[in-house]
Amino acid sequence: MSSRLRGGFSWIAAAGLVLEIGASPAPGAAAEELRIGFVAPMTGGFAQVGKDMSNGFQLYLDEVGGDFAGAKVKFIVEDEEAKPAVAVRKAEKLILQDKVQMFVGGLLASTGYALAPVSTRLKTVYVASIAAADDLTQRESAKYPYVVRTGWTSSQPSHPFGQWACDQGYKRIVSIAADFAFGYEVVGGFQKAFEDCGGKIIQKIWPALGAKDFGPYIPTIKKDADAIFSVMAGPMSLQFPKQLAAAGIKKPVLGGGTSYDEFVLPSMGDEVIGHVSALQYSAALETPKNQAFVKKYREKYGKVPSYYSESNYTTAQMIHEVMKKTRGKWPGAQRFIELLSSIKIDAARGPVHLDEMRNPVQNIYIKKVEKKKMFGYPNEELWNVVIKTYPNVGQFWKYNKKEFLKQPVYSRDFPPCKYCQ
Amino acid sequence: MHNRNKILMVFAVLAVLLIITPFASSYVILLVTQALVFAILAMSLDILLGFTGLPSLGQAAYLGVGAYLTAILATRYQFGLDWSFWLVVPMGVLIGAATAALFGLFAVRATGVYFLMITLALGMCVWGLAYRWNSLTGGDNGINLPGRPEIGIHLANDTTYFYVVFGFFVASLAALYILVRSPFGRSLVGIRERELRMRILGFNTWLHKYIAFIIAGGFGGLAGVLWAHLSGHVSPQDVILATSVDALLMVVLGGSGTLVGGAIGAGVVVFLRDYLSTVVPWWQYVLGGVYILTILYLPGGLMGIPERVRNRWPRSDGTGEREKLQSVSH
Repeated sequence: MSSRLRGGFSWIAAAGLVLEIGASPAPGAAAEELRIGFVAPMTGGFAQVGKDMSNGFQLYLDEVGGDFAGAKVKFIVEDEEAKPAVAVRKAEKLILQDKVQMFVGGLLASTGYALAPVSTRLKTVYVASIAAADDLTQRESAKYPYVVRTGWTSSQPSHPFGQWACDQGYKRIVSIAADFAFGYEVVGGFQKAFEDCGGKIIQKIWPALGAKDFGPYIPTIKKDADAIFSVMAGPMSLQFPKQLAAAGIKKPVLGGGTSYDEFVLPSMGDEVIGHVSALQYSAALETPKNQAFVKKYREKYGKVPSYYSESNYTTAQMIHEVMKKTRGKWPGAQRFIELLSSIKIDAARGPVHLDEMRNPVQNIYIKKVEKKKMFGYPNEELWNVVIKTYPNVGQFWKYNKKEFLKQPVYSRDFPPCKYCQ
Repeated sequence: MHNRNKILMVFAVLAVLLIITPFASSYVILLVTQALVFAILAMSLDILLGFTGLPSLGQAAYLGVGAYLTAILATRYQFGLDWSFWLVVPMGVLIGAATAALFGLFAVRATGVYFLMITLALGMCVWGLAYRWNSLTGGDNGINLPGRPEIGIHLANDTTYFYVVFGFFVASLAALYILVRSPFGRSLVGIRERELRMRILGFNTWLHKYIAFIIAGGFGGLAGVLWAHLSGHVSPQDVILATSVDALLMVVLGGSGTLVGGAIGAGVVVFLRDYLSTVVPWWQYVLGGVYILTILYLPGGLMGIPERVRNRWPRSDGTGEREKLQSVSH
């Protein structure tokens, strides 16, 4: 096909392609084929994360030989470039041209919001394995009946984390978080749980998404704070702890899960030792299941799996479970979602099942960065060692679901910062 | 080539496009529609870049305001989802033009690289508003539209929507063609060639440029309305600098100062990006290579190919060569 394009980038060539595609028969009329589309950033600044995502899914497929209970899996990866509009176009391509039964993935929360309506419009299952925007499975879940989440909501680990911080005796905390929806939701959940327990958020700082220089922000951190709560994304995660240490600030640092995820952890320096974060997964989980997963993943891809990999590995596992129930036959979008909502699996991250709004109920791990040897690897490395487990945490934590849904989604201004001076 | 032949050729290519597109796969129909929307944006930019000599790096701003207007009206007031869609279209054009009228006050007095910088900065202001005005724009998450308008014809169907966008594209092409052929358009070209002389001849060149700027903004707004309903989702990503740069590259690639060049550029870029990327993982090298080769060897863009070929071989005899010519000069 590429040779045809080389012949002249012209409408004639385009028309040639058009006709060729139009003439080709609909792929895969055979009933035993399960076509799964996968959208993740494969180029641009988030390409490595996208690679982690698809590698996780691919690892599971390789393990089962691309066979889900008799259904041959056709796994089609498309590059979404971490742009919502591109993700929409690629999802449409997967559905209309490749005739996939479901599409999986989407990295950023904004991409998740953009993909959800596509699933409704084209009546195709969307499995949000990473995109964590709260409202997809909260206030707007009724609008998107074909969306099912196998990852998490941004605020899900923050609720128990806020409680944990309060239990440690922290009274006054400053938050510093990337200025976008994900940051608001992680901070919002933390603030709610922390303040409900008696703590006070005394300052909120919002550096721009992608900021590399925290010089303007770090000196403004209030001196009388007991701890700092950070939410960083991408390269920011690397820079912030370094600059914080360079500024000589010795306060305890807590962080949202992505601040210390295994995606960045191996590139970090010793300054992050002792920092605490919360997420539904840690590569350092000492369960046989996770140990086996880490070893296999590391052997194949040369690095420790991040939550991005685990989440997609588990997603593949969950889809496999459903196909086992139907003996390899595609049950139709609606029935697939019902079945997926009803299964309980034992994943690398621990037991997982979905709540009635199609979001996982799972363990949340409070993790402390330590330098040690694990799983028989020869070198001392940084690991997210689990120091406390909150079992079976749902997206509403201990709050009443109805009342929780009545409050607005966490944002820059909600919950309001009552104790900021 | 005679002017009449050129027009006939454009008609022929448009007719071919209109006839074969509905038979293509659904995804290709979407891509053609997307290319047409960006073609409108690129042609609006060509008025500035190609005809007036003003390289704008902020054209995405007008697409942005048009798209956000459409999305906000649709989600907040359920306006524009039935026959009122035909009101949203002129409103989108007006808001694009109004934004340009405001920005033009700052931008038009500058020229060359300063104009580039000012339009870039103003474009980023619109991005900043889209990103930070959470209560109105949904911030980073953007806005999901409830669906395409129901106006008697089934617009939710991608083929039907293609016809509508095609109609707007042809209308825009015709309007802009008339514009550049008018005395006003001629004076724009005069400003591009030598502004001082035009001023000495008694033309108010500032006003001419300002009006051109507003017209370009209006068509940008139109592209925004169509884009919002095509994509079903509007986000700050649509307004970022990369979109403006894309529009600029489309014009340069196709050939600036030709109108249809922008449309060809839009088609090539959209297909290389969104079609080739589904076929091979190294699509970015192809796109980059095309840009570099065009700039190095085709300063006149793809539209410059016929002339170059004619200059090199006074009488072209290969039929293959002739086919190539036709394919790029619509």
